[in-house]
Amino acid sequence: MTVRRSDGPTDRLFEYLLRLGDDRLVLGHRTSEWSGHGPILEEDIALSNISLDLLGHASMFLRLAGQMEGEGRDEDALAYWRDERGFRNLQILELPNGDYGFTIVRLFLFSAFSHFLLERLAASSHADLAAVAAKAAKETRYHVRHAAEWVVRLGDGTEESHVRALAALDQLWPWTGEFFQADEVDRELGASGVVADLESLRAPWEALVREQFARATLQVPEVPMRMTGGRKGRHTEHLGHMLAEMQIVARSHPGAKW
Amino acid sequence: MGAGGGSRTCAEAPGQGCRLRDRRTDGPTDRQDQWPLWEVFTQPPGGGPHEHAGSVHAPDAEIALQNARDVYARRGEAVSIWVVPSESITASAPSDAGPFFDPGNDKPYRHPQFYKTPRGVKVF
Repeated sequence: MTVRRSDGPTDRLFEYLLRLGDDRLVLGHRTSEWSGHGPILEEDIALSNISLDLLGHASMFLRLAGQMEGEGRDEDALAYWRDERGFRNLQILELPNGDYGFTIVRLFLFSAFSHFLLERLAASSHADLAAVAAKAAKETRYHVRHAAEWVVRLGDGTEESHVRALAALDQLWPWTGEFFQADEVDRELGASGVVADLESLRAPWEALVREQFARATLQVPEVPMRMTGGRKGRHTEHLGHMLAEMQIVARSHPGAKW
Repeated sequence: MGAGGGSRTCAEAPGQGCRLRDRRTDGPTDRQDQWPLWEVFTQPPGGGPHEHAGSVHAPDAEIALQNARDVYARRGEAVSIWVVPSESITASAPSDAGPFFDPGNDKPYRHPQFYKTPRGVKVF
């Protein structure tokens, strides 16, 4: 498919909604990979629930994106019929799950960011975006709480869980820079009060995650942030493989109904 | 998690009550790699008392609460949740059933069925 490159306000909003939708679609799919493989039944259920929440949020944002685009694409068309280069998700979210520590630390880092972002978007001057963000913000608060509690229990747990959680944090931290990388889409929509200023989310996010990592006896690494490009459709080698699996059924049976 | 909660292990001496135990994990070899069991009570929307919903495994109270929410309160079933360590519950023993519960059956005067319902009272 072709990615449109027009620059009107509606195109900006379409682009922005794709980012919101794709973040949650990709992390939701990754999280769903734990279904049936969780470390214990209750946690398997908890992660599956979180995955369903994320897919629900993705579905709402992508539906809205399709409406903004006005070319008749619904959330399914956007989820299943775009290729890797058309995806606008943060790269950190497409990385394979790794072990449970990696999964939980990533879920915590992103959910905390998502929480602050959605709370701000709930006050957007765009009524539809505000409504969807407010709905997603509620469930996201629970994701933060669940992941945060597990960060402490893994970090301050056994020697092995500490080592694994620390390795996950070391690996993941450099990817978090992308959360706050604003471009012309953020700036223009921000100027008209439609979306939040990403830079203003950094301080509250850092305060929250650093406090939690301190509780978990996990040292946040002092490392440079990675070069990224998820928002422009540049991805790691992992997204293509993930999409192949995620999209195969829809593409093998176009238009199939339950 | 077990829909019916734990089964019971009872003291040898009568009248000592029973401890709820986890039939999934408390085998003859008493596995130590499972989290403790918690009984879950949920309060339905619109008031009413908390009722036993089932049980979950969890390492501590906060996780027990979250697990209970994920297992028993995802579809609007509850507005409030209690979790209680299963081992804190003392249950009557099967051998108590006779002395505890039988006497009611042959004492019909304990049931208020001899009263006539006055006219004007709605019978449900």
